[in-house]
Amino acid sequence: MMKGIVKKFPGVVANDHVDLFVEKGEIHAVVGENGAGKTTLMNQLYGLLKPDEGEIYIFGKKVSFSGPGDAIKHKIGMVHQHFMLVNNLTAFENVVLGMEPRKGIFFDRKRAREEVKKLSEEYGLFVDIDAKIEDMPVGMQQRVEIIKTLLRGAEILILDEPTAVLTPQETKELFEILRKLKQSGKTIIFISHKLNEVMEISDRITVMRQGKATGNLITSQTNPREIARLMVGRDVVLTVEKTSREPGEVILEVQDLWVKDNRGLDAVKGVSFAVREGEIVGIAGVAGNGQTELVEALTGLRRVEKGRVLFRKHEITGKNPKILRDFGIFHIPEDRLRRGLVTAYPAYFNVILGRHMMFPFSKNGFLDHKEIRKFAEELFERFDVRPRNVDLPAENFSGGNQQKLIVARELSFSPKLLIVAQPTRGLDVGAIEFIHRTLLSMRDSGVGILLVSMELDEIFSLSDRILVVYGGEIMGEVKPEETTMEEVGLMMTGHRLEEIRR
Amino acid sequence: MNRRIWAFLVPILSVVFALIVAAVIIVLIGQNPLVAYKAMVLGAFGNVQAFTDTIIKTTPLILTGLAVGFGFRAGLFNIGAEGQMIMGGILATVVGMNLRGIPPALAVPLTMLFGILGGMAWASIAGYLKAKTGAHEVVTTIMLNWIASHLSSYLITGPLAVGSGTPKSPEIAPSAKLPPILTVGAMELTSGIVISVLSAFLMYILLEKTTTGYEVKAVGFNPYAAEYGGISISKNIVMCMAISGALAGLAGALEVMGQYHRFLGTLSGGKGFDGISIALIGQNHPIGIIFAALLIAALRTGSNNMQFVGVPKHIVTIVQGIVIFLVAADRIVRTIVIRKKVKR
Ligand SMILES: Nc1ncnc2c1ncn2[C@@H]1O[C@H](COP(=O)(O)OP(=O)(O)OP(=O)(O)O)[C@@H](O)[C@H]1O
Ligand SMILES: [Mg+2]
Repeated sequence: MMKGIVKKFPGVVANDHVDLFVEKGEIHAVVGENGAGKTTLMNQLYGLLKPDEGEIYIFGKKVSFSGPGDAIKHKIGMVHQHFMLVNNLTAFENVVLGMEPRKGIFFDRKRAREEVKKLSEEYGLFVDIDAKIEDMPVGMQQRVEIIKTLLRGAEILILDEPTAVLTPQETKELFEILRKLKQSGKTIIFISHKLNEVMEISDRITVMRQGKATGNLITSQTNPREIARLMVGRDVVLTVEKTSREPGEVILEVQDLWVKDNRGLDAVKGVSFAVREGEIVGIAGVAGNGQTELVEALTGLRRVEKGRVLFRKHEITGKNPKILRDFGIFHIPEDRLRRGLVTAYPAYFNVILGRHMMFPFSKNGFLDHKEIRKFAEELFERFDVRPRNVDLPAENFSGGNQQKLIVARELSFSPKLLIVAQPTRGLDVGAIEFIHRTLLSMRDSGVGILLVSMELDEIFSLSDRILVVYGGEIMGEVKPEETTMEEVGLMMTGHRLEEIRR
Repeated sequence: MNRRIWAFLVPILSVVFALIVAAVIIVLIGQNPLVAYKAMVLGAFGNVQAFTDTIIKTTPLILTGLAVGFGFRAGLFNIGAEGQMIMGGILATVVGMNLRGIPPALAVPLTMLFGILGGMAWASIAGYLKAKTGAHEVVTTIMLNWIASHLSSYLITGPLAVGSGTPKSPEIAPSAKLPPILTVGAMELTSGIVISVLSAFLMYILLEKTTTGYEVKAVGFNPYAAEYGGISISKNIVMCMAISGALAGLAGALEVMGQYHRFLGTLSGGKGFDGISIALIGQNHPIGIIFAALLIAALRTGSNNMQFVGVPKHIVTIVQGIVIFLVAADRIVRTIVIRKKVKR
């Protein structure tokens, strides 16, 4: 359907003669490293970008789009990873936004509601159509996005990393929906970094690497190892080896911590735990069980209502992020676009965020651009951030490379304690391997690490101890080698360890 | 396209386009646009007198433009430049009135300083309210504008009133007046223009070269990331409102010290609000703001002359409106495009 697509950005060829053939009625996965050009390719199919070269055929007809409007006319719909919904409108208002059915000049609310309801029932897209977007879990917001494209008559659905922000349960539900859509003859293009998902849901796979399409596979005749090799160009270790190590002194101690969420409800309810030097403590749990609030409270971004936080026996409760960094506490935030980066700033400005007031970046209140650039270039080299252009605004890096930028920054100032949230969300297998290795080598050199992740695999392969949270409380503490996924899974749904092991 | 070039091109293209539209309107009312525009250019720059008038008008506009522009860069919408300018003017007057016998080397900086402080204090109220209670600065600065306006009319009709006719304050001490660098008839071009251009350069250095500028812009772009980076949002808000107000206050002080030599009800005359348009046209860039202020001032002085050839001077209001509309539209379009491009 897409033939010989070339798209260049200043300094990078994001798509280099890419061919993508998708058959009607199939689920076609597009996989590839961070920055391989997947999003760029899809944005061209959806009319957001214009190809420099190449042709696009939809249902056999050659087309040329000058905007998403054209793409929609050709029955193409796209669900971006970051949803584009209006937060304070309800689900159905969002769905009909821009194409409201009318009665005279008035918005025909009733008809709109019915249409949306019918669609959502038809495909098992369960949503609470009268709830406001901001009050919905991510998975439901995503279903709203899907309904939105369907209502506009989409026959071809593009989903850019739809599962990156979903819980395993939500992913399962999404796959059910995708199967139903496929049965009714829709075509789905599905981007993901998670190879097991790709294996589960897709019919065929296009692999991309450094702007080129390097492989076209039939899912039933391949395996994750082969895909990973085609993506990265070498064999990838899917789980890293961890050496055993005796942890040192207690570096972080949390005592009876209480934290509220944005709505003013208790999100963390009297949590106590400790992290020692040279130890990774994993926090497992379904999203929305207080992890975000816990991390924000520990890193000075949210008020502590009650309780104490100690760093090497110093009280650090409620200290601001600058003081915490002075102590050697660094933070890889879960929301990289909102928290971790000033996306409008060039990369070399972003790699000093938090340390920008320190020598040698700042001298007598003036920034030393040359020094900062030099530092950024070294980091780019060391952490393999691509493209190697420190002047590029952070927003123009691919998701994975944005994450590398943050990781590089937080690890480069010799941290003593690292608080890490969802470090590999949206990253390709190669980058995940790299980040896992880096975290382990930090641990081996004596850094204490608190790791919050929704990926159980990640928690199991990295942690020395696992704490499971549910409803803002710790359900139990286990060692990965002494527990099972099932046990942890039970705790994640609200069963205390004592109950389970009784 | 390169962002920098685009930021530079948009205002220029907007002006060109606006002039074309206005030309069509002039034709429609049966006049010759070329004649009108020629008269306008001559009226703004045609002779020393016209030129001086334009520069005098430019002086406070640069400062109010900078005041609003600086706020924008920090993510603050300071609509209160008008009120801050009034407070700067009043404080400069009160201090300047009482400096008889003090040598200019002391009296001029002192008067100016108090003008700056007046604007600064006024804006800080809004800054403080936002930092402490989250009250939006648009609301509070508008309220402060009204308070400043009524306070000043009370003062010049009450405690500070002198003479009869239009309400006005007494003159400031001669030593507190800005010495003219050029006198053309009744008009005096003072060093005020130098001070305002200098302010623009200082703002440029502050924003682009200093660590403080790094923090200010970071808060403006993304307060969440700035907070994560250890930048205190509330401190930044108060500081940036204060700097913004200082610039507007300086505008008021310079009008007192260089032009009117006293406080009049018409001293600010909407120049604080003009600052909003100027900041927009100048793309919040200090150097851009200098040119935007010059443009607006030139349109104003030129429009009088245009009237003599039979074209209503309100044409320039249309021009100004179109320019602002286009520049703002470009912003909106760009914001939407950026939103859409939010990366995975
Ligand atoms: N507007 C832009 N300006 C310059 N370079 C860009 C721009 N948009 C994307 N790029 C570059 O194009 C390349 C491809 O980016 P793209 O976002 O398509 O990658 P991706 O495959 O979606 O990666 P990820 O899995 O990390 O999301 C990257 O090197 C990226 O830095
Ligand atoms: Mg992408």
